[in-house]
Amino acid sequence: MYGGGNVFEPMKVKELIDEDPVLLKEFEARIDRGEKIEPTDWMPELYRKQLIRMIEQHAHSEIIGALPEGTWITRAPGFKRKMALMAKVQDEVGHAQLLYSAAETLGKPREKMIDDLINGKSKYSNIFNYPAFTWADSCFISWLVDAGAIVNQLANAKGSYGPYVRALDRICKEESFHLKYGHDCVATLAAGSKQQREWMQDAINRWWAPMMMFFGPSDKISVHSEVLIKWKVKMASNDAMREQYLDMYVPKILELGFTIPDPNLRRNEEEGKWEITEPDWDEFKRVINGDGPCNKERLAVRRVAEERGRWVREAINRKSENYIVPLA
Amino acid sequence: MENQAAKELLYKMADDALIIGHRNSEWTGIGPMLEEDISFSSMAQDKIGHSWALFKILNKLGENEPDIVAFTRNAEQFHNCQMVEFPIGEYNFSLVRHFFFDLAEYHRYEMLEDSSLGDLAQLARKIKGEIKYHVLHAKTWMKNLGNSTEEAVSRLQGSLNELYPMALGMFEPSPFEDQIVSDGIFGGESELMSKWRSSVMEIIDQTQLELNIDGDWNPLYGGRSGVHTEHLQPLLDEMSEVVRTDPAAEW
Repeated sequence: MYGGGNVFEPMKVKELIDEDPVLLKEFEARIDRGEKIEPTDWMPELYRKQLIRMIEQHAHSEIIGALPEGTWITRAPGFKRKMALMAKVQDEVGHAQLLYSAAETLGKPREKMIDDLINGKSKYSNIFNYPAFTWADSCFISWLVDAGAIVNQLANAKGSYGPYVRALDRICKEESFHLKYGHDCVATLAAGSKQQREWMQDAINRWWAPMMMFFGPSDKISVHSEVLIKWKVKMASNDAMREQYLDMYVPKILELGFTIPDPNLRRNEEEGKWEITEPDWDEFKRVINGDGPCNKERLAVRRVAEERGRWVREAINRKSENYIVPLA
Repeated sequence: MENQAAKELLYKMADDALIIGHRNSEWTGIGPMLEEDISFSSMAQDKIGHSWALFKILNKLGENEPDIVAFTRNAEQFHNCQMVEFPIGEYNFSLVRHFFFDLAEYHRYEMLEDSSLGDLAQLARKIKGEIKYHVLHAKTWMKNLGNSTEEAVSRLQGSLNELYPMALGMFEPSPFEDQIVSDGIFGGESELMSKWRSSVMEIIDQTQLELNIDGDWNPLYGGRSGVHTEHLQPLLDEMSEVVRTDPAAEW
């Protein structure tokens, strides 16, 4: 699990003037009652569009996220780690498959989604535009990036769209094993040689700032449509998720004897909140718009994979078997 | 002496599984479609697991710890056939290699189910159940693609011709061949090859592909005695990149 959508590009909410008011009222009443919306149910166009964008970005994050970790499969130290990392990254690709299927129920085919990824029209989690230089970086991703993604996805799993929340339920179960694996890797380095501890500390130092950006811009500067919250598309604010992450993982990182590279990090007990150095949101915007350390490389790998695999997909594609995408 | 013969067999099996598993794991994240990405990754995990289990048996026979043996030897100390060490290439190359390799694995483990080496016989019964699915996967894709577009058929045909002599290298005779058969450890490479050839042709005959198994092929031998292509050492350097920084450390 590498992180949901919804934090990357807040949608510009257009007026809902074209929607049938009776159907809209009924739709909102169902969501209020906690019912799930299914693919063949009526839904506002805005709901459909926002969900496609969100699930698609989540799926892209899974396959792109497999790249920085995947490069460590062939270098993993020892049988135990090699097998576990293979299984973990395989899970992530499996999550992409589940999520693309969930998004397809809203009417956009997988090939089109992947085309949009490669063309740069559709985003993925910003954190994977940073490089994984060392084994310790891959351990950071497995434990602490996955941990962030779990915070995000447990929130989204309470959302209103049936196929997405069912996919997330399954994904979160697998993720809990990834966390155990990642924690074990980090704890092993923590208990290891001076060199191993230094590698892990360096990884924390490299990844902390991108990790703080992972949940998206602060609520102060991020405009979220009330309607998306009302429709249970957006389930928790960026700051709320960041707070929850800090509550859960700062103590665990310190417990292992590592430090966190933010001199301003402290828990304000009076306000019951964390204080952190404000992440560099200009960098965040720059990277998400294509100018990060690895954006070009990540998309190039994906593009080459798509091109090299095209003959296989064409060979097994039978026009008579094109399945029908359910539409409301 | 019996011990040495058994070790020779176990080493080549363990090294084959380790290297093909390593190679096929390179498909993770870049497969031709997500489903194949996942399949190759899943089968690669099984292979690495098989290798680990075989190194554990070798460890009981007096060899070093699995992690040490697998991650610290150099190319000339490896006994895998050369076929498994070639880069993954295009999907047609990896698919045909997987087809040739797993059909042989299936028969090998089937023959080993009643090996006189108890640990190996027990392991073979377990592994055969997993290889069954690898074989099912390989056959399904060979039949599907081998009866599809002109491009797919031509790509697979090219890879069949390229890989067949390499695949024959899997059955390179061992110096202990007679002994290993008479001791009841394993039925031998030539019996294995004959079962394998029938299984290969059974599938090829259901496709638009051609393979003249009685042709004048020159088997790619050498791997079993430590002679390798230029591809193996870089693979091993990459595999041991982290371990080599501190081989005694826990990771």
